[in-house]
Amino acid sequence: MKVALKAEHVSVRYITGDFKDIGLKEYLVRRIRGRYKVTEFWADRNISFTLYRGDMLGMIGANGAGKSTLLKAVSGIMVPTKGRMTINGTVAALLELGSGFDGDLTVRENTYLRGAMLGYTREFMNKQYEHIIRFAELEDFQERPFKQLSSGMQSRLAFSIACLVSPDIIILDEVLSVGDGAFRQKSGDKMREILASGVTGILVTHSVEQVRELCNKVLWLDKGRQVVFSNDVNGVCDSYEEFLRSGEIHLPQHD
Amino acid sequence: MKLSETIKKHRFLFEELTARDFKQKYKRTVLGMGWSLVYPLLTLLIQKLVFSRFFADSTPHYTIYLFAGNVVFSYFREATMGGMNALLANAHIFSKVNVPKYIFVLTKNVSALINFGITTAVFFLFVFLDGCAFSWSFFSVLIPMACLMLFNLGMGMILSALFVFFRDVGYLYDVFLTLLMYLSAIFYTVDMFPADVQRLFLLNPIYCYIRFFRIAVIDGVMPPIGLTGLCVLYALLSIGVGALIYKKKNHQFLYYV
Repeated sequence: MKVALKAEHVSVRYITGDFKDIGLKEYLVRRIRGRYKVTEFWADRNISFTLYRGDMLGMIGANGAGKSTLLKAVSGIMVPTKGRMTINGTVAALLELGSGFDGDLTVRENTYLRGAMLGYTREFMNKQYEHIIRFAELEDFQERPFKQLSSGMQSRLAFSIACLVSPDIIILDEVLSVGDGAFRQKSGDKMREILASGVTGILVTHSVEQVRELCNKVLWLDKGRQVVFSNDVNGVCDSYEEFLRSGEIHLPQHD
Repeated sequence: MKLSETIKKHRFLFEELTARDFKQKYKRTVLGMGWSLVYPLLTLLIQKLVFSRFFADSTPHYTIYLFAGNVVFSYFREATMGGMNALLANAHIFSKVNVPKYIFVLTKNVSALINFGITTAVFFLFVFLDGCAFSWSFFSVLIPMACLMLFNLGMGMILSALFVFFRDVGYLYDVFLTLLMYLSAIFYTVDMFPADVQRLFLLNPIYCYIRFFRIAVIDGVMPPIGLTGLCVLYALLSIGVGALIYKKKNHQFLYYV
């Protein structure tokens, strides 16, 4: 099988307390007094995993576990401070879906802009546009300013644009919790269809159920550290649910 | 090869962002693009009313003299102010999607460039109305125009990077622009200064571009080769430094937005 994505000892560090936080004046004052100190914050520490083509990775962990930062490293937005990220193919990252749209532009304009951001061509978008709008059920809203849409509609549009395209690696950050019941069913179906097509994916969610259902691999992060990377999705999910209740980590034994 | 691939890959995004910038700029204005015409003409009118009594007698074609200064300086101001904000204003995009960040500065420059093109056309209309004799040297203004494009793009990159790291730059640059305007001999002539001081003006790139315009259009002769060299040098310097900063800091911007 072909490797789609490989993370080798990836660490990402944020620096706090340098001049961007304290301002230029304070920076100079502290420098002169010899009291200038920066604090390091490792959002991710020594994360390693490998995905083959067609794998669907579920990423779980509490808030602040380092999931979003790791996704940024995967999508090339951030460069790992240490370690190496190897990516074979194009990545479509859907980080925090609602953002990145412009409230004053119309639905149509935003659709094209988002398509452009995800790296598609105009011809491709021309072909897919009708399809996207139909899937998002926004036929009557095409010329409305984006800000007039309800937040459910906004997420539906974001999801539709992202899913009707065909990247090699797709990153889904909390997207399945989109829209009302009917649309959730539809988006879930769409996701399964995409997965069946052999795309490699990373799913970040707070819903353990979705991970159990959709993923064949799971990565559990806690406070920037890798708790486990495993094929045993159900076992790890059980442990994670146990952890959420008790605060203690007991991994499945056979792993 | 690599550059052409990048351009091809991001052309669609570039076009969409440029269109967005335009829509945002003229959103809810009655005149819309018309402001590209009205704004420079109003500025010109005010300066003409204020400064004519001091300088018009000693300066031939004073309207054109003023206009040349304004055309260049307005383009510089618009492009660099837009460029400076470009990174921060699009932080919500490049912190979510992996796109080359200079593209934001580039699109801001395009809308300023279009304004510049329109204003320059009006400028030449005024040149003929004011009775300047046609000369083939008119076409040489394409040189400072091209240089100015590169110069503004480079300055936009430098400023946008600085602005991300130090927000104070926004205020500082505003003050600096006012200073620069007074140092660019837009409404006065440098003849009133001794020769040594006149040479100091050449350290100001904007003055060089304005001067090139005036010599080529009002005097109707080809500007000296030294001045042309300076124009090119400043442009290359600006774009070079800008590109270097972006190359080095490309992945650090994210931490500061």
